[in-house]
Amino acid sequence: MSKFIHYSSLTKKYIMSIAGFFLMMFLIVHLGINLFILPITENHEDVFRNGVEFMTSNPLIKVMEVFLFAAFIIHIIYGAVLQIKNWMSRPVRYRIEGWSHTSFFSKFMIHTGIIVFIFLVIHLMNFYLVKEGFTEALSGPVTVENNHDFYHMAINLFTNTTYSVIYILFIVLLGFHLNHAFQSAFQSLGWNHSRYTPVIKAIGNIYSIVIPLGFILIPLYFIFLY
Amino acid sequence: MNLTLKIWRQENPQAKGRFEKYDVKDISSDASFLEMLDILNEQLIHEGGDPVAFDHDCREGICGACSLYINGRPHGPDTGITVCQMHMRNFRDGSTITIEPWRAKAFPVIKDLMVDRFAFDKIIQAGGYISVNAGSAPDANVIPIPKENAETAMDAAACIGCGACVAACKNASAMLFVSARVSQFAVLPQGKIEAAKRAKSMVAAMDEMGFGNCTNTYACEAECPKNISVSHIARMNREFFIAKVTDSAKK
Repeated sequence: MSKFIHYSSLTKKYIMSIAGFFLMMFLIVHLGINLFILPITENHEDVFRNGVEFMTSNPLIKVMEVFLFAAFIIHIIYGAVLQIKNWMSRPVRYRIEGWSHTSFFSKFMIHTGIIVFIFLVIHLMNFYLVKEGFTEALSGPVTVENNHDFYHMAINLFTNTTYSVIYILFIVLLGFHLNHAFQSAFQSLGWNHSRYTPVIKAIGNIYSIVIPLGFILIPLYFIFLY
Repeated sequence: MNLTLKIWRQENPQAKGRFEKYDVKDISSDASFLEMLDILNEQLIHEGGDPVAFDHDCREGICGACSLYINGRPHGPDTGITVCQMHMRNFRDGSTITIEPWRAKAFPVIKDLMVDRFAFDKIIQAGGYISVNAGSAPDANVIPIPKENAETAMDAAACIGCGACVAACKNASAMLFVSARVSQFAVLPQGKIEAAKRAKSMVAAMDEMGFGNCTNTYACEAECPKNISVSHIARMNREFFIAKVTDSAKK
């Protein structure tokens, strides 16, 4: 454990970025399934339920789930460890600071990270821990049939406007986190190139807008159209 | 120009330190920032006070001694130059200028605006060199070097080790400095021989001296008086990774 903490600053950053990449790929899959909560096809409910069934019972996914939780835990612990070292590196702060031109969202990675973490805990309590039988599904306009009925659990949550608004705010902050995360992960792994880095930054910008926008569409649908 | 200066005063490394307010009058807009401080110091000496201590040497922007954090930016509001090269015309008449020393755990304040940058020397000692046998100098063109590599190495070697990157970084990280030192050798055949050892030793020294980690905020690049690019940080990340991988392979 102490070796885990005492890796060099660069090794910690590699691990942070690799875990981050994994989480970013997971978000794409997650969104892909979530979008079927919306009536985008005739049989959207079945597609969603099949997606949930596959993601919660497929043995290969079960293995990936271990990696996913490991990625979350490593990313969060190293994020905290690196940040504490960063704070300790400047014991006396400046009277006036932060007037340098910088990558804006990078200054708030720990803040957006903490907020995303809080959201993650709420999210796990609402879904994962219900499935595992640790917490009760929240009641709402529709009846949750069993602890695998994520479709009705989601509807019960999103029809609650307060929850939906908070959800949107969390996702926007996640977008800010992702905006810096994407290109930063490449830089930390040493992938900087005069021609390709601008492309990576552009893809990062698109990713950090499209993915949160996709997630936000769902509560927006429930607020305005459901 | 008439200006109000808020300057960090600290008797010695152990003292608590505080901001003091000074007024300076009739400063030429063509004066350099350090000349303005010289005028203030003469004024203080005449009044029987203690002059403000600040680092300076060549005043040509090449020695890396000057190190002032002015209104929230290392080396002041102008970009791509050191504070000794910055003129007072960058400020408005009647404005207040806040001057602080570099703030980092690895750069303890010696007195007032002077900080001890021994941590950079320790990093250089750890691997910022190439080992060559003594004897007559080899012919300069014996080893062919692609022009692009020579240019990249020269861009990295432009680093004057002033510490503005550390001062600008929200984490007080020395990554830009260390990566420039790693890069200047890594792209040249003479430096390749010890590249793995160098990357590992210099990163270890950097961590040991108490600098923060890189968040890829790029304030360092924005404030570097020599415009060192963060692409060198990426190169160091690659060099360090290769060093670590090949090292375990050898074992």
